[in-house]
This record gives sequence, structure tokens and C-alpha cells, in this order.
Amino acid sequence: MMWLTADESEALRLSLSIAARSVAFNLPAAILIAWLLTRVRFVGRTLLDAVVHLPLVLPPVVVGYILLLLFGTRGFIGSWLQRAFGIELLFTSNGAALATAVMSFPLMVRAMRISLENVDRGLEDAARTLGARAADRFATITLPLMLPGITAGVITAFSAALGEFGAVITFVSNIPGQTRTLPLALYTALQSPGGEHAAARLAGLSLGLGLGGLLLSEWFSRRVRRMLGR
Amino acid sequence: MLAVAAAKKRGPFALDVRFDLPTPGVAALFGRSGSGKSMVVNTIAGLLKPDVGRIVLDGSVLLDTQLKIDVAPEHRRMGYVFQDARLFPHLSVAGNLRYAERRAAGSAYVSLDTVTGLLDLGALMDRRTHQLSGGERQRVAIGRALLTQPRLLLLDEPLAALDGARREEVLPYLESLRDQLSIPMVYVTHDYEEVLRLATHLVLMESGVVIARGGLAKMSLEPHLRSLIGPDQVGAIIDGVVLGFDSASGLTKVRVGRNGDLFVQSKDLAVGTPLRVQLLARDVIVSTQIPERLSVRNCLAGRVTGVQDDDLGSDLITIDIGGAAILARITKAATRELSLTPQMNVWALVKSVSLRGHSFAVPTAAPTSAASPDA
Repeated sequence: MMWLTADESEALRLSLSIAARSVAFNLPAAILIAWLLTRVRFVGRTLLDAVVHLPLVLPPVVVGYILLLLFGTRGFIGSWLQRAFGIELLFTSNGAALATAVMSFPLMVRAMRISLENVDRGLEDAARTLGARAADRFATITLPLMLPGITAGVITAFSAALGEFGAVITFVSNIPGQTRTLPLALYTALQSPGGEHAAARLAGLSLGLGLGGLLLSEWFSRRVRRMLGR
Repeated sequence: MLAVAAAKKRGPFALDVRFDLPTPGVAALFGRSGSGKSMVVNTIAGLLKPDVGRIVLDGSVLLDTQLKIDVAPEHRRMGYVFQDARLFPHLSVAGNLRYAERRAAGSAYVSLDTVTGLLDLGALMDRRTHQLSGGERQRVAIGRALLTQPRLLLLDEPLAALDGARREEVLPYLESLRDQLSIPMVYVTHDYEEVLRLATHLVLMESGVVIARGGLAKMSLEPHLRSLIGPDQVGAIIDGVVLGFDSASGLTKVRVGRNGDLFVQSKDLAVGTPLRVQLLARDVIVSTQIPERLSVRNCLAGRVTGVQDDDLGSDLITIDIGGAAILARITKAATRELSLTPQMNVWALVKSVSLRGHSFAVPTAAPTSAASPDA
């Protein structure tokens, strides 16, 4: 993009890519967890609910720190990932995507849950009497009826992911081209002398992205609602 | 035959039903709301698990809690028409129908074309479900249920959400369904008019139990039914056969019982057509002599078989007219004056204008003698 500097377009590209990866990773997991929380009665449901929502109430720095303990080079998941698959999370964009995913996960689960609760169980029963088995019912009835909530959830989580700061900088630091997303670039600009102009440009960029996301979300949900006849 | 035995406790409500019904045939589950009718249908469909129960349809066991058999709803091959239609909002009418068609198991005896023709769905195919009227929604729902090639069609108050005119829009379709496809149906309703139009059998429910059941003609005399339908609806239902049509008077001659002839107002029907006639008890006049020079068109010779107090200060007289029974409501004073007692020969008089006939095809398949002695 011609009207962006190289650093700016790199931060933008990184932000979009990290947010997209985190959403893609979160989507199936959020649907699964939402399903467990709304449809299945099991021991520890309340605890799972609380754990899922933790990132919403914890300081992001604490989440970053916990990720560091678990996924760092000496963390027991991090070291296993490295040994088994050669996946390096620390100081990489994959790590930034992970931190972003964890932070936006509760938003996603909440959206999925609400949309799942709005699905008329009677329609699933009807599908059942028409001969549809469980997986069939989920794919052909439940999921399409969840679509408004899924779209809303994806767009909200994506927008929130673009702005994730604390957990990212704590877990994977602030590395240009790897983890320096828009908010981190903005923070860097503010820290450096004479960076006010760059900071203002980055802030404007974030503003535009946020507004665009919200408008897109509204347009999408209207379309989907019309499709479902609501 | 459909045999149902099910018991389930749900809070203070206890369902405990046991009945069997001949197939094909249309059995109406009739009772006040809250009597457990829908629970019975949901149990038959498999959507509700009874604590104890056994359900057998034409020899195949769908549920037996003792033998731990419980066929999943998706494998029971029951067509289910819900009160609220439950069409899939993300699919078109055609999409809804194809959803059922694609998942149908067993031999296909109802084609998409048949269903479309029978229910007049052709013009609706491309519509979204929210663009349909209440009556249209139910027609699509019925079509969708049929396309599963069901062994039994369950209808849970399919017309309850519709107003009178819309109801009249759907009823004829249900009648032609019964007459042309001979799919056995279990039909839940609290509307006696629907029973009259559709049912061959009646199961009366109250507070979770079956209080009476049997063929409709016999059940129309049933004391338990009276409290459910109110005094004005009480009256014998007789299945007769059209003998001829008198175009001059516009009356159809119907043979009821062995030798009774009734003149009924109805459209021109072919000789031999089964016609169901309801004779309301309040419209029947009883005479102990052969009446002469009266305007009444219908005069049936019969014999009194019962005199019962109807709990409303009058008497219900049961009169046998050559194998068919009719009810007459008369004042106690009249009973005394005519000294009506069983075995007396009487004449029953009914005005033709108060008679309604419903054409009715008797189910074609297997005779129902073994299943139901009272059929």
C-alpha cells in the first residue's frame, strides 16, 4: 500500500495475519466449548466456564506470564512442542497468535453460546424425526442456525485480536516483523523521541480498521438474518 | 397394529397409558390440554423416554424398557407434524421437503410429486418459510413428514395454532391424505370437529390416563366423552352408505344400520360412498307412535336400549336402529309421560337440515377385527 510506510504496512499485515490465525484456531474450539457448556451436563462445568472466562478478568500481563511459563522454552508444553514438532512459539508470530487467541477466546465462546442458546431445540427434534443423526443434525440444522452468532463472534474476536497488547508483549516481546503488531508499533513510536507523527498515523489506522470491522459486522448480520427470515 | 404402553412421572404429573390401535386408521387422542396427549405422541416418536414402556408397531418393537430396546427417533420412521410446523428457516419449502426425502429409509411409497400434488405445494416450492401463511406452513410440514416414508404419521394438534378459516383450509388435505394414502395416523386434538372429520378411532385421555377408547361410532355414545365436548355436541356418529341423491330436494339418502334410511343435506355423492353422519342428541325427537303428516324427513324405527340421566336435568335415550345406535336428549317429564323403558319400540325423528354428512373412505388395508373388537 503506497500511502503506508514499510514499517506501517508490515505492522498492519502482521496484525491482520495474527488476528486471522487466532480466530481460525479459536472458532472450532469455541463452538465445541460452547456446545459443552450449553448442551452437556457434566461435573466441573462451572469450573470450565470460569477457566474459559479468566482472560476476561485477568490483567493481560498475567495471561502473558502464564503463557510464558507453559509455552516458553522450558515450559512443559513449549518444550514438548519444540521437541515433537519443531514449533517455536517464543518471539514468533505464532506465539503472538497464541496469546491473542487465548485473550479473545472468551469473547468467542460467549458469542457462540448465545447463538447456540437461540437455536430452537424443537427444530433439531424435527430433524431427528426426519431421520437425521447427531452429526448430520449439527451440520445441517444447528450450525446454519448459529450463523448470525458465529459471524458476530468472529468479527468481534477479530477486532479485539487486532488490538491485543499486554499478553503479546509479555509472552513474545516486541519484535519487528514477528510480533510487532499495530498496537505494539504504536507503543514503540510513543516511546521513541519524535515519534508523535508516526503514532498518530498508526492510531488513525487502528481507528479505521475498528470502524470498518463494526460496519462489516452489521452488514453481515443483517444479511444472515434476512437469510433466516428474522 | 400400534400397541402403546408407557408410564412416566414428571413432577406431580404421572402419565400411565396403555392402548392399542388398528393400522391403518386414524386414531384421535382427545382430551383437555394438559391431559398428557402430547407426551404420548412424543413417546411414540421417541423424543420422550418413558420410565417404563413398550411400543410395538406392526410387529416391530420400537421400545421395550424391560428388554432395553429403544430405537432412536431418527430410526423409528415416524412422520411427525408439530403444532408449530417447525419448518427449517434457513431452507426454502423445496429445501425442507428434500431434507426429508434425502433421509428417508425403507421403500419409497410417497413420491415428491405425489406429496406436491396432494397438498398443493407446487406454487410454494421456492418460497422461504417465513413467507408462508399458517395454513401453508402446516401443509408443508405435513408434506415433509410424509416424505420420510413414515410407517406412522403423528400429528400433534396440527391445526390448533390456526384460526377457523385457516383450519378449514388444511382439513380437506388431511382428509384426502387419510383416504388416498392409508397411512396410519395418531392425531392429537382437543377439537371435536377435527375428530368428527378425521378419526376412525378415539382415545380419550384425562390426567395422564386413557379413560376410554374404541371406534368412533361406539365412542360417540360414551359417557366420558360428554363432559369433554359439552352437551350441545353430544350425539351419535353413524357410518352409513350413500344410497342415492334426490336432486329435486337436494337430499342424499343414506343407509344407516341394517335398514334405516336417513336424508342428509350434502353434495352429490356417488352411490356406495361411505358417509359419516352425526345426529346430535338435542336434534332427535322420540315418538312412541308412527308419526304422520310431519315436516320431518327422517323417521327411524328403533328400540330403546337405555335411559340415562345426563347430569343436566334431562335424559339421554339410546335407541337401536337396526344395529346402529343413536342418542336422543329429552326432558325427564317426557320420559315419564311416554314411560320410556328399555325394549320399547319407538320412532326417532330428525330434521334433515340438522344433519351433516362427512364423506369418509374406510381404510383399505387389513381388517381391524383382531386388533380392536369394538371397531
